Amino acid sequence: MILFWVLAIALVASAVFTVVQKIPVYSVVGLLANFVALAILYLTLNAEFVFVMQIVVYSGAVLVLFLFVIAMLSSGVGPFAEGPNRLPQALGPALGIVAVGCALVVYTLARVPLQAPAPEASAQLGLAGQAGVFGSVADFGAALFSTHLLPFEVTALILMVAVVGVVVLAGDAAPMRSRGSHKRRRPAREREPIAKVRR
Amino acid sequence: MTAMPVDISNYIGLSAVIFFIGVAGVLVRRNPLIMLMSIELMFNAANLALIAFSRLWQNNAGHIFAFLVITVAAAEAAIGLAIVVIVFRRAKNVDVDEVAGLRG
Repeated sequence: MILFWVLAIALVASAVFTVVQKIPVYSVVGLLANFVALAILYLTLNAEFVFVMQIVVYSGAVLVLFLFVIAMLSSGVGPFAEGPNRLPQALGPALGIVAVGCALVVYTLARVPLQAPAPEASAQLGLAGQAGVFGSVADFGAALFSTHLLPFEVTALILMVAVVGVVVLAGDAAPMRSRGSHKRRRPAREREPIAKVRR
Repeated sequence: MTAMPVDISNYIGLSAVIFFIGVAGVLVRRNPLIMLMSIELMFNAANLALIAFSRLWQNNAGHIFAFLVITVAAAEAAIGLAIVVIVFRRAKNVDVDEVAGLRG
């Protein structure tokens, strides 16, 4: 109970910190705190595998990606451009949407109390890491590779599309930038496969 | 694990709060990196709701769905950051209000 409220306060505070910061690196630090607190919250909900995925994928991979891009964009070219602040015009609508959304959620929660449908299922809850227990990694794996095999394979397809998309988008922009002078830099025979893929 | 000490609706309310903080971030901020981070916040809020409902129903399907959402979020971050890099290379500028080349 205490753990939940401590984590909830940490989550909201780090989320606000992330959104409010001017410098993106500080935002990344706030997001890191958010992800770790959320991972512990997953653990309190018996989601062991998702806890590990949260730490590995979000805190490990996604945040490092953000840090790399921030380092790349702000090295040698100065800080991010300072444009006109649009906070005054945007704050009203944003607060309105947030208030309406939160009100809807609270209204729904008040009208439809959440109740566990199967009381006998609480007997399944046991020690962490035990097979046959709700949320255990063994059960998750069994479900992932049998009942939910199709979503798992769709996941593979999504990652494939992301990898190909990133390579096409940001992989090699040099020929696009300096058209006509590429012969001097690189023989045409080497460039041919890349051009074929891009088409 | 002991019996559930906290009501699931608390988790859902927390998820809603985080989601709308993310919405506010996307609407208010101009830096595309922070907008992407706000989108990550929204993904995480959705995940928290999924896992809380999964715990409520004692059903693994919510965990599978959260796994799928994490994958989609990673793919989205990769592609979004690649687009930010390209826009920055071309325009030398990462203010979303300045990058209006696709505006009709």
